[in-house]
Amino acid sequence: MQFKSLILAAGLAALASAGVADGHGGTVKVGMITTLSGGGAGLGIDVRDGFMLAAKMAGNDNLEVVIEDDQRKPEIAVQLADKMIQSEKVDVMTGIIWSNLAMAVVPAATAQGKFYISPNAGPSALAGKGCHPLYFNVAWQNDNLHEAAGAYATDAGHKNTFILAPNYPAGQDALTGFKRMYGGELAGEIYTKLGQTDYAAEIAQIRASGADSVFFFLPGGMGISFLKQYAGSGVDLPVVGPAFSFDQGILQAVGDAALGVKNTSQWNKDLDNPTNKAFVEAFQAEYGRLPSLYASQGFDAANLLLSAMAKADVKDADAFRAALAAADFDSVRGDFKFGTNQHPVQDFYVREVIKEGDVFTNKIISASLTDHVDAYASECSY
Amino acid sequence: MTTLLLIEQILNGLQFGVMLFLMAAGLTLIFGVMGLINLAHGSLYMVGAFAAAAVAEATGSFLLALIASLIAAAAAGAIIELVVIRRLYDRDHLDQVLATFALILIFSEGTRWLFGSFPLFLDIPDALAGPVILPGGIQYPAYRLLIIAIGLLIAFGLFQLIARTRIGIQIRAGESDREMIAALGVDISRLYTIVFALGAALAGLAGALVGAIQSVQVGMGEPVLILAFVVIVIGGIGSIKGALVGALLVGLTDTLGGVLLPGFFGTFMEPSAATAVGSSLASMSIYILMAGVLLFKPTGLYGGA
Repeated sequence: MQFKSLILAAGLAALASAGVADGHGGTVKVGMITTLSGGGAGLGIDVRDGFMLAAKMAGNDNLEVVIEDDQRKPEIAVQLADKMIQSEKVDVMTGIIWSNLAMAVVPAATAQGKFYISPNAGPSALAGKGCHPLYFNVAWQNDNLHEAAGAYATDAGHKNTFILAPNYPAGQDALTGFKRMYGGELAGEIYTKLGQTDYAAEIAQIRASGADSVFFFLPGGMGISFLKQYAGSGVDLPVVGPAFSFDQGILQAVGDAALGVKNTSQWNKDLDNPTNKAFVEAFQAEYGRLPSLYASQGFDAANLLLSAMAKADVKDADAFRAALAAADFDSVRGDFKFGTNQHPVQDFYVREVIKEGDVFTNKIISASLTDHVDAYASECSY
Repeated sequence: MTTLLLIEQILNGLQFGVMLFLMAAGLTLIFGVMGLINLAHGSLYMVGAFAAAAVAEATGSFLLALIASLIAAAAAGAIIELVVIRRLYDRDHLDQVLATFALILIFSEGTRWLFGSFPLFLDIPDALAGPVILPGGIQYPAYRLLIIAIGLLIAFGLFQLIARTRIGIQIRAGESDREMIAALGVDISRLYTIVFALGAALAGLAGALVGAIQSVQVGMGEPVLILAFVVIVIGGIGSIKGALVGALLVGLTDTLGGVLLPGFFGTFMEPSAATAVGSSLASMSIYILMAGVLLFKPTGLYGGA
């Protein structure tokens, strides 16, 4: 009996020293659940590629990443999360694009003591009352880009805007965010189905509404369909949107129909800082295409994680959490810091869609909101 | 709601309906003639769209793209019929569902492997890009009008084919008594391949036509496939006429439900709640329609006894 406990003690000591021998961190196993197939695939692939690029550039062998495809289905995301937590025994989770999937996975994962670093989805429910010490969002709170768009629409003198978004948590956050900062009247407000591809009925309503402008939030393939159909409909009201509706993955497919459209973002490839320049260059060299904002968010998520790994051991949750909260890394957005609810406090810009040679892309034309804190931060207490 | 808006929405419903008809016609023929449940029909829709996008990219011609979609989907249909489907006629429906579901996965991964995960773009020809003014001052996209016209033409052509040609007679005979027409010396396996390829070609054409206004991407066929199944259940399995009526009913119900229901709830609820209730009820409306039809006509509107 004594012999047995001796062996056990020796084993534990060996384990403990192994952790120390690796320096601070030891190995960190990351479970990435993201959308790699279907209409939302472009977003997940960009987050993954951005994340893996940062990991490759850092060359840190202690970072191990397991990647799975959630197919934009909440039930699959939940299964994958269970698998990653129970059999893969990951330390940190990340990757989810869609807010409805995040709502299905994140609360359960953090309740089981896993860190979650969101590279995209930022539902209001997780920023306010439902915030959690182990949940970090490196991208934005969902409302933010839409708030910036609302502020821009007001500045641009739009008085009667028609707004539409898909009916899921991020879509509701989008319209709430837009309305928070928009001063004019609404000509109409529509929620569409998530994944809808035909917008003829909505465009007819826009035409009949007497609106002077249109605000829409339709990420991924939904945005391509909407813009192409909008261009063919003969309705020529000015369009405003968040960057998701005009990101790098969408623009080539939309083509000329998007030229000149104003959209709001926390990042663009022409942001002038050394990290961003290096990121844009390395991304093009590695993947042969321009990075999107999703890729920039994946890149920042990995660098945030790497910065925490350099300071603390993931097994020491308090120290690791403090290291993450310090956000001591070079972001592609320039200065980066977390607010009290572990969501970014950051600047937002207005971009315009332009054509560089044959490639459609965005250019920053003005600042929209500076050091913006999301509206739910005050409701969060740990 | 103004009359103009209502007419425009009815046109939208019609356009959606004829697209569904192109999908449902093939599905119902295959089910009616061969007794086969083909879940991979949505993949053929995708194949058509991708073939059109690739050819349009290479040649710049929309007409060639449409022809390519027909040929590619028909060829894909004929190949899977010869290689896989042929072995499934005598098996029960569960085996067919499993095998054709596997085909969906193979097609999706294969397409992703060939074209990547990013959506492709297929542009409407410039001549059809803008709106046209219809009598009464309605502005309507020219391309969508063309889709309605093509859909109705194909419906007419299919009726002629089934009612008046030799192959149509064989198809109808195959629906009612498979063994008998084989005994009469008709090459039944050749007939099956032709019917399958014909159904596939229609699905491919639908994919190409819709791909030009939406986006061409992996997995685009599955949502349409579900609706196409609803259409053939409503119309009666095996009936082309049923597929047409069912498709138009589903198209109009879906479009008008989505527009009218939120407005209806808006008369006594606050706007955001009305939109939420209205749009969720609208997405259920076609299934309610299906349940209603089945209640009174268990075999569908034009189904056999």
